[in-house]
Amino acid sequence: MGSLLKIAQAGTLESSDIMITVAPGPQDSGIVIELQSIVMIQYGEDIRRTLATIVGEMGYTDIYIKALDRGALDCTIRARALTALRRAGGVFKEDIV
Amino acid sequence: MDEKLRRSMLFLPGNNPVMLQNGGVFGADSVILDLEDAVAPTEKDAARFLIAHALRFVDYGDSETVIRINPLDTFASEDIKAIVPCRPNAILVPKVEGASDIQTVVQMIRAAEQPNQIPVKIIALLETPRGIIEAYQIAKADPRVVALAFGGEDYTAGLGAIRTKEGKEIFTARTVVVNAAAAADVQSIDTPYTDANDEDGLLADTLLANQLGFKGKMSINPRQIEVIHGVFNPSRHEIYWAQQVIFAIHKAQGEGSGVTSLNGKMIDLPIVNRAERILRLAQLLGLLEGAES
Repeated sequence: MGSLLKIAQAGTLESSDIMITVAPGPQDSGIVIELQSIVMIQYGEDIRRTLATIVGEMGYTDIYIKALDRGALDCTIRARALTALRRAGGVFKEDIV
Repeated sequence: MDEKLRRSMLFLPGNNPVMLQNGGVFGADSVILDLEDAVAPTEKDAARFLIAHALRFVDYGDSETVIRINPLDTFASEDIKAIVPCRPNAILVPKVEGASDIQTVVQMIRAAEQPNQIPVKIIALLETPRGIIEAYQIAKADPRVVALAFGGEDYTAGLGAIRTKEGKEIFTARTVVVNAAAAADVQSIDTPYTDANDEDGLLADTLLANQLGFKGKMSINPRQIEVIHGVFNPSRHEIYWAQQVIFAIHKAQGEGSGVTSLNGKMIDLPIVNRAERILRLAQLLGLLEGAES
């Protein structure tokens, strides 16, 4: 569906936020997520699933995501991921915001 | 007039997740999720996504959700397109200078609203000398306008005056806004008190706003809410007086008398209206029990 044109970043390292960097991955590299979180033990898998779901919904298959989480809620993770993807040149449906 | 209580309207910076997710716990009558001054130009896109998701997933309890968009000559169109489908209660439009600004915003909102969506209300923020002059026309520009809010900081800059805590420089504008809002049957909301550490100053400023006729006050810090509510809530004395007025009116009507008085003062229609408003407010706030004791 969409294709990333460049590396982009969104979010901050403040409490309850998450800083997400996205970059185009080499062909057939798949969805690679590198995650650091202050709640890794409790919610690490949930955060990974949220990020994978978003890029999956948008049709990306080869993408690198680095996420530094400071305890963000799911809605914040989604918002920061979508911002990073749009900044990276991702193509959006009008109603995705 | 829109009966929604807006004693306090709390600004929350639109690109700050911790403030956005906790905005419902402070007890403000309205929360203003801010896309304008609190967000750097390079972060407007991020704030739009964050606010859109907050509106969908954060529980703001009884607080009305109001989004301050950017001015019409900057990012207002993108803001409305992104935010309105997420069903905020109202849009706070900054730097409104005429009825045509409101009509432009209404067109944008209509284009962005989803089928069966409750119409998004408009609160017009008047913060330029031109906006103050046009206050009544702005308030009457469209039925979606439910309140005029006054922004003292930008207004003072527009005047070329120095903003003081005493506020003599904004006195005329305040009274114009209150009068225009009352004439148009919409609410009037006062400018925020920007020194969050000065509680005495906040109290004095809010008492003045209440005395002038404002129905509420914007705030920039959750700590200000209690003081603001304390001023805009009806006092026990006011509630007792209002109950006496209504009792006297009912008694006179029962006796077939067209005219009545309370403690030697004639009760006429404006007095009854004021008493009814106080009792409605007291009932909404759960203050009626024990007020007569």
